[in-house]
Amino acid sequence: MRFSGLKVLAQGLTGNKGWTPHWRDPAPKDEYDIVIIGGGGHGLSTAYYLAKNHGMTNIAVLEKGYIGGGNVGRNTTIVRANYFLPGNSEFYSHSLKLWETMEQDLNYNAMHSQRGLINLFHSDGQRDAFARRGNAMINQGDDAELLDREGVRRHLPYLDFDNLRFPVYGGLLHRRGGTARHDAVAWGYARGADQRGVDLIQNCEVTGIDIEGGIVKGVQTTRGAIKAKKVGVVVAGRSGQVAAMAGMRLPIESHVLQAFVSEGLKPCIDHVVSFGMGHFYISQSDKGGLVFGGDLDFYASYASRGNLPMKEHVMDAAMTLMPMIGKARVLRSWGGIMDMTPDGSPIIDKTHIDGLYIDCGWCYGGFKAVPGSGYSFAHLMATDQHHEPAAKFRLDRFRTGRGLMDEEGTGSQHNLH
Amino acid sequence: MRLPCPICGDRDRREFYYMGDAVALHRPAPDAGEDAWDDYLHLRDNPCGRTRDLWMHEAGCSAWIVVERDTATHEVFGATLARKVKR
Repeated sequence: MRFSGLKVLAQGLTGNKGWTPHWRDPAPKDEYDIVIIGGGGHGLSTAYYLAKNHGMTNIAVLEKGYIGGGNVGRNTTIVRANYFLPGNSEFYSHSLKLWETMEQDLNYNAMHSQRGLINLFHSDGQRDAFARRGNAMINQGDDAELLDREGVRRHLPYLDFDNLRFPVYGGLLHRRGGTARHDAVAWGYARGADQRGVDLIQNCEVTGIDIEGGIVKGVQTTRGAIKAKKVGVVVAGRSGQVAAMAGMRLPIESHVLQAFVSEGLKPCIDHVVSFGMGHFYISQSDKGGLVFGGDLDFYASYASRGNLPMKEHVMDAAMTLMPMIGKARVLRSWGGIMDMTPDGSPIIDKTHIDGLYIDCGWCYGGFKAVPGSGYSFAHLMATDQHHEPAAKFRLDRFRTGRGLMDEEGTGSQHNLH
Repeated sequence: MRLPCPICGDRDRREFYYMGDAVALHRPAPDAGEDAWDDYLHLRDNPCGRTRDLWMHEAGCSAWIVVERDTATHEVFGATLARKVKR
């Protein structure tokens, strides 16, 4: 089925009885050319681009839960390309370009909204750092504008500009940044992959990876053994457990990151805004909820929920920056499991096992990378060549020390990102 | 989450600085080779369940402690002074 305005109108007038499931629910076959472990955003987009760009269709995506039930449906939905370091810059730039054509490409409304992102700064030193970041973004071919205090005021009149401790000095505006409906991104890629013949197999947990003589042969699952010529591991926070099935240890520690949403409110926050002097960023969903979050809790965790100290910090920072938020009530909070690398940048690479590929280490920034990651990982799996925009996301960069991408400049060490 | 400092007793998580997996206690010899250093600095078992990690009671007695806890439930089983654990 192809979606269109006419279709919505026709269905609306006939009781919406003609809609059909967006993808099939196939039983796993005995053998595939490619098995993707993990039916999240990245796994689904990998399958989609394998089919679309490389003409491969004998593919299964194995998801232990249901499509859209993992991190892709649990994030704060921000899309941006405001990275600073070579390696990250070209990758996120490519990913943002894919976002801009994705909905037409998938024939699916992902509610991608380029409402603009403003990173605030609160000191001269921070202004210099953001000016430099903006230049790096422009050099990459993306957009950035340095706003002074009055420039910020025109966009965000509700901030506490004269806060004694953290006055607003200005902000870096990235107009092409914004948000998207996270579930719809998963559903759109799932539907697109399914339409091209990819089998999306839900409730199918991988329990083992079959390797003979250093070559991958397939996987063991809760729905039986599946042979495969190539296997891609795209499992985010669970990367450690799945890699262990192949006898590998990864430079990854899984941490919890919390997010919050308020009750639905009338439109009041038009942009994505981040505070520069505490961990707090916010946007407003199309449903009206204020969606906001902060930093990691900073201890290894798989609990999918955080502790109170980081909640308190986020609320403190929110009240400092925009006191009006004190009138909103928090509706719910949750935690996601982040696959953190020592330098805070991701990994898209082959492994030492023939036919086994890995895409992980997205830290707290995986959502905006969904199109780019799938595009580049599909390229790697199909051609055995690194895709140029993701060519620096090497697995061995920690071991060799070459090509580390420490965007925050805090050091390449597990407890610092 | 409260952590049981062996010196100060149960204290708020906010008083502690987190270092990561207790592998940090087992620093290899300078000439141990790339593999040993890669294991020590970067590669992690990253367990979902029982783990041992290293915390410093920064806002308390400054002791480094090894905490046994569960990463899936946040249950804390106990803590030992790092100097007693270190080989």
